[in-house]
Amino acid sequence: MVPPADFRSYYGRPILKRPVWTHEIAAYLFTGGLAAGSSLLAAGGDLTGRPGLRRAGRATAMAALLASTGLLVKDLGRPERFLNMLRVAKPTSPMSVGSWVLVAYGGAATGAVAAEVARAVDPRGPVLRPLARVVTVAGRPAGLAAAALSPALATYTAVLLADTAVPSWHEAYPQLPFVFAGSALASGAGVGLIVAGDREVGPAERLAVVGAGMELLAARSVRHNLGILSEPYTTGRPGRLLHAGEVLTSLGVAGALLGRRSRVVRGLSGLSLLTAAAVTRFGIFEGGVASTEDPRYVVVPQRGRLEGRGQTTSTVTPSDRGAKSSPTTG
Amino acid sequence: MSRNSLFGPLDPAPDAGHADPPPRNGFFTDTSVCIGCKACEVACKEWNLLPADDAGSMDLLGLSYDNTGALGASSWRHVAFIEQPAPAAREPEFLGMPTSTLPGASPEHQRTELRWLMSSDVCKHCTHAACLDVCPTGSLFRTEFGTVVVQEDICNGCGYCVSACPYGVIDRREGDGRAWKCTLCYDRLKGDLQPACATACPTQSIQFGDLDELRERAARRVEDLHGAGVAEARLYGHDEDDGVGGDGAFFLLLDEPEVYGLPPDPVVTTRDLPAMWRRAALAGAAMAAATVAAFVRGRR
Repeated sequence: MVPPADFRSYYGRPILKRPVWTHEIAAYLFTGGLAAGSSLLAAGGDLTGRPGLRRAGRATAMAALLASTGLLVKDLGRPERFLNMLRVAKPTSPMSVGSWVLVAYGGAATGAVAAEVARAVDPRGPVLRPLARVVTVAGRPAGLAAAALSPALATYTAVLLADTAVPSWHEAYPQLPFVFAGSALASGAGVGLIVAGDREVGPAERLAVVGAGMELLAARSVRHNLGILSEPYTTGRPGRLLHAGEVLTSLGVAGALLGRRSRVVRGLSGLSLLTAAAVTRFGIFEGGVASTEDPRYVVVPQRGRLEGRGQTTSTVTPSDRGAKSSPTTG
Repeated sequence: MSRNSLFGPLDPAPDAGHADPPPRNGFFTDTSVCIGCKACEVACKEWNLLPADDAGSMDLLGLSYDNTGALGASSWRHVAFIEQPAPAAREPEFLGMPTSTLPGASPEHQRTELRWLMSSDVCKHCTHAACLDVCPTGSLFRTEFGTVVVQEDICNGCGYCVSACPYGVIDRREGDGRAWKCTLCYDRLKGDLQPACATACPTQSIQFGDLDELRERAARRVEDLHGAGVAEARLYGHDEDDGVGGDGAFFLLLDEPEVYGLPPDPVVTTRDLPAMWRRAALAGAAMAAATVAAFVRGRR
């Protein structure tokens, strides 16, 4: 059913409020996914004897986590009250759920990276040596815990965006978790492609293919299957960003598969995947914001819904009447 | 918690945990008698000590007599003005324009078929309030009167409520950082007073009271208007089967909601939240499976 292209509004003014979130949040979408993907890479490396992947994954996860926390706190209207996020645990608030996931993940990721530090420093001395031993041993369970939390960390942000009145985010709720999950996997894979030697790079290549495939298919669906609400994702700056993300993801996967003998090509592919992930998150973010700016994205789909239910106004509206027509009743 | 806690007809105060609350209070705003005086805007700002500027809008906006523009963090009542061609079906009303002949008697003095829609918009205090559902600090809460209020000593300005509201009501105040909106004069209700806007309204366009009684009154009013030939009168936000479970502040409108800047079919975003979590779980499971497969496969 084609919704009416014509619609009425209050002087063309927006109905919804513009999201107060800034590019800090768009950047956090990327760093959160990067942390998640890196932790998965690190855990896999830990369990299959690939220490290069383990170390790089854990270090990247830590760096991404620190960046994430900084970005989130800074974006608050009252940053000094960031701990108020932990006053409640509320399943109807994806932000509440995510705050607790971040706390748990943060602890685990710190434990994992602490083990790397302890291993690297390898201190002597009656107190430090046993302490370092404990920290090192705790590294594996901490790393596994971080990996166990990674799927939640990567996908809760999709629920967070979708659980709003923002038309293009809400309508995309079936696809967004897969865009973000695929993007997170591709980000982790990107790290692996950059750092890993020939002996260790295999899993990163495979993760790149699966992650990129998931991201490409889901993003495509968002851009084409939402009717009028796909429009913000295919026009203007969001459209350009998402298109660039598509191109960079494809290049990254191609490079990972075809250039597997060359470290340079692999590294560039990894960089391409990471850039693609960031660019895609920004595109999704800006597309949603754009959908709040024009009332047509609220009125047209909602009018269409009402008409579909047979609930259009049963009374006559002034615009239905010609100036000289005889009186009619509704 | 009940079956309808997220969506569908519900009495919100008991569902929120209030034991033996008073009857639900709300507004019925009958825009057919609004005269656009903006006493409601002024009374609200005075009582709540709201700052004068809302994102710098001290300008003339050019929207007929509307220089407020929209609800916001510092404007909790907003009077909208829409100038329209008047419905031609009714008996023409004498507009009192001074001419030397009777209006319409000669071609040069045709009466103008103009009408003016005026409406005082406010926070809807939805039965299913998305702002309340998504607030991660517990700042937003449901009062015993069934209204939705922000606790300003807790709000950390995350802005989630701003994007969750399907009516575009709540916003973050610039320079302050926190989210603000109509409290339905919670402090006045506690003191057995009516909200400031209802008290100030000179035409009883804004009526305050028990929601059930207001809904009955509104239904009668619409019937009366239809009987008087005002066929386009309709209620908005009165229906507990609508997408937000009905509003605590509902309206009598004389045209489609979008003409007033209201969404035609608002739905609380939380309705779809269980499905969203399921999709996320599926995507998360796919991530885990992909990782296992990537590492287990083959020796390389």
